[in-house]
Order: sequence, then structure tokens, then C-alpha cells
Amino acid sequence: MDEHVDKAATELLHTPLYGRHRDLGARLVEFGGWEMPVSYSGIIDEHRAVRQRAGLFDVSHMGEFRIEGSDALALLQSLVPNDVGKLAINQALYTQLCLPNGGTIDDLLIYRLGETDYMAVVNASTMPKDWAWFSEHAESFGQVNLRNVSNETGLIAVQGPYALSILQPLTSTDLGNITYYHAEPGVVAGIECLVSRTGYTGEDGFELYCASERVGELWDAVLSAGRPQGLLPAGLGARDTLRLEAGYCLYGHELTEDITPLEAGLGWTVKLNKGEDFIGRQALLDQKAQGLKRKLVGLILRERGIPRAGYVIMRSNERAGEVTSGTMCPTLDQAAALGYVMADAATPGTQLAVEIRERPVAAEVVALPFYKRAN
Amino acid sequence: MGNTFPGDLKYAETDEWVRVEGDEATIGISDFAQNELGDVVYLDLPWADAGTRTIQAGDHFGDVESVKATSPLFSPVSGLILKVNEDLRDQSELVNSEPYGKGWMLVVRLSNPEEIKKLMDSAAYEEQITSRQH
Repeated sequence: MDEHVDKAATELLHTPLYGRHRDLGARLVEFGGWEMPVSYSGIIDEHRAVRQRAGLFDVSHMGEFRIEGSDALALLQSLVPNDVGKLAINQALYTQLCLPNGGTIDDLLIYRLGETDYMAVVNASTMPKDWAWFSEHAESFGQVNLRNVSNETGLIAVQGPYALSILQPLTSTDLGNITYYHAEPGVVAGIECLVSRTGYTGEDGFELYCASERVGELWDAVLSAGRPQGLLPAGLGARDTLRLEAGYCLYGHELTEDITPLEAGLGWTVKLNKGEDFIGRQALLDQKAQGLKRKLVGLILRERGIPRAGYVIMRSNERAGEVTSGTMCPTLDQAAALGYVMADAATPGTQLAVEIRERPVAAEVVALPFYKRAN
Repeated sequence: MGNTFPGDLKYAETDEWVRVEGDEATIGISDFAQNELGDVVYLDLPWADAGTRTIQAGDHFGDVESVKATSPLFSPVSGLILKVNEDLRDQSELVNSEPYGKGWMLVVRLSNPEEIKKLMDSAAYEEQITSRQH
């Protein structure tokens, strides 16, 4: 029943928190070459903890690159569609790496940490190809120093409405002063961190970057401080249901080398006129001029069933697209999916069907995100 | 993981259990299986087929949907489907909370009781699960 069990025997990577996950009784699965916790107390339980209180995630498997030097900005501007030139020090942005044809190599965060000092945070499974891409393109820039600090960097995410009140007693940094998509160096529970107000859950929260050899202490401190307020350790299962409700793309599902950021509804991060050329710009300009043939949509099922990645989306008797992610969403209490459909089937309100085991199940296109927190 | 395997049941390699009473067999999934699946959120069971459909051992009779994945259900025995658990239409979580009780799925009238002998007893099943995990 669990196809992951066999794979676990082959050489999977582990974060420094692996022993803690085992001690906490986590269910472990293979994810992009890593053996990671999918859940501890149960996906729904952890999902609700994040929406109502707080959850603690190990995301140390993600990759981090440092890009420094007087040409760092020029390199980054050439690699990503968003405008890195707009970043103030201690600010972050969300962007992608694109192929010349506009397809997406990965999606990532870029932090500006100093005058000419940047950090890119990339997905775990794509880290090696991203690193090769950065390295190859850095060669044409003189003053840029690239370092892959993935192994030496630990990362945990504290997400949920209580994230700030749980973390604040552990640090002298005024967390309320760090606004969304900003970060500050700080000391949390005696450990030097980069404290970032970012996340992947649709809730308020923080991501804490620190030296990998200290991430265990940091995890323990946050877990102890948070337990009395109802914080739970949360795994990749809840991370996936939370991000799906929030309408965030997951690389390998909503974004691949065959999908452009424009198709994925990420046009707000694509700055075609930022004043500098970047890889994929011409293809994205052309795609925008010609109009999109397919678009990412949200679907809510109107009949019973659970949509899953790869299921066909139909309009009447004609194939309209394919599901890229789907599940029963705990907060919505509805089965929902993300998927690509022909552009003329992408308007909210459009009635479609998802084929589940050869049976069409009624579904409606809805505006994304499915879930937006009340502020 | 604290899995339990009642001694009065028989188990299939595909993680279903069977409780035989006279010529009737009740079928569900094991505690191990529900633990592996995590939160069960929906079941696709042959509700419309009770009293009319005959299945063979090994037949795919339904699907269980957890938050993270879909898993097929296979019948360990052959026979006429007598009953399909109506409570699971709206209370799929019973598969997690009471896998051997209120989480049962089918009752089948055995057409070939000899098939029961091919299934594992609780000790053999437990051993098989342990070997799968290592």
C-alpha cells in the first residue's frame, strides 16, 4: 500500500532534524530525493493547527545559494523575470528561473541581504539543476561570487496566527516590525538566524534560516515555546493542503519546464519591461502578445470524489485540460484542484468535469485563491 | 506504530481483513493500512451493487481516498455482495477510528470458502508487515 517503503532503503537525503522527526513518531516519505515527514499527528489535525494556532515545519531540505559581488544584481536580473533591482536591503521577492522558451526551471525566493549580497532559496529536488544553471550563467559576469550553502543552512517555518506571539519571547528583535516579504538578521533562542516573514501556507508566519548544526536547538526551542499555545509539528502533507488552499504553485505540478509563469497565473511576478533582458523574456513577450492557450484554474468539485494530479478535465464531451494537484481541502471542507484548462474554459463559473476512474464528476472553475485569511 | 491485528481475522497481502461468520465474510482494511493512508476523506464503494453483484477474489471493488492519495481496494474472497457499509458514505473517518468495527466495508456471501485458507492469520500478517518496513 505504501510504495515509498522500498525507496526508503535506497540512499535518501536527510535534514539535520531527521532524528527528531523519528522521535516524534512522524510518518516519513520520499520527497525529491529526501526522506521527509509527511505527517506527525495527522494531516488534517496539522492543517487545522496552522489555520487556527500554529505549525512548525522542517524545510531544511530546500536549497540556498549566496550571490555576492558588484555583478550579483546583473546576474540575477538576467536569470529571473521579476525585478530584483527593486529590492531594498532585507527585502525578498518571489520569482522563477526560465528557459529561453519561457518554461520554468524552478520557482524561488530572492533576498537582498546587503548592498551587493543576495540569497536565492530554491526547491530541494531541483537544487542541483538550479545550481548548474546559476554557475553556468555566472561565468559571463566578472564580479560575482556564487556559493551553494544548502548543506550548511537549516530552515524551519513557523506558520499560523500565533506564530508571532510564540516567537517573540525567544528574541529581542521586534518581529512586528518585519513586514511581509521582509527579513532581518536576529538571534532567536540564542541562535543567529535570518528571520523572514514569509511562508507557503496562506497564514502569517516566519521562516528562520540558521546554521544547520544549530537548527535542532532552534526546532526544540520553538516547539517548547509553541506547545502551550497549541503549536504542532507539521509535515509535508499539511504543507501541501495549506498551499493548495492558498493557491500557491508547487514545482513539478503547477510549474514545470513545459509551463511558463504566465500560464501559471504568475504574471504579477513577470516584469517584461524591467529595463533589462532576461532568459525567456522574448518567449514570454510573444506568449503575452499571442494570448495564453491554457491557464491555471482553481476547481471545486460539485459532486463527490477527490481530484488528483493527472486526471483529465472535460468540458461537455471534449478534453479541456488536466489536474495538476487536488485533494480534500480541510479548511474549505471541499474537494478542490488546481489544473490547466484551455483559456476559454478558465473563467470563474465555468462548469466542467473531472474524470475520476472513468466517471465525470462535476466541477466549477472558481477564482483563486480558494482560501484567504481574514486580516 | 501500535498497529493491532485481531486474531479472529484473516488478512490479505493487499491489507484487507476478512471476518468469517458462517457463509458470510465481512471485509475491511487493516489498522496498518489505515495508518499508512492517514486521514480517510472519501470512499468509493459499490453501494448500488448490494444484493446484485458477484465479485471474484482479487477484484477491485472500490477506492479509498486519504488526504494525500488514492488507494484501490481488492476483495480477498469471491461471492455475492450482500451489504455495503452505508455509514461510510458520510463518515469515512470510521475507517481510521474503527478499522475492524464500524469501518467495515462489505459483507460477501462466500461462493468459495476454500479461499479463506489462502489468507494470512494475524501472526503471518504482522510478520509480513514487519518485513515490508525493513
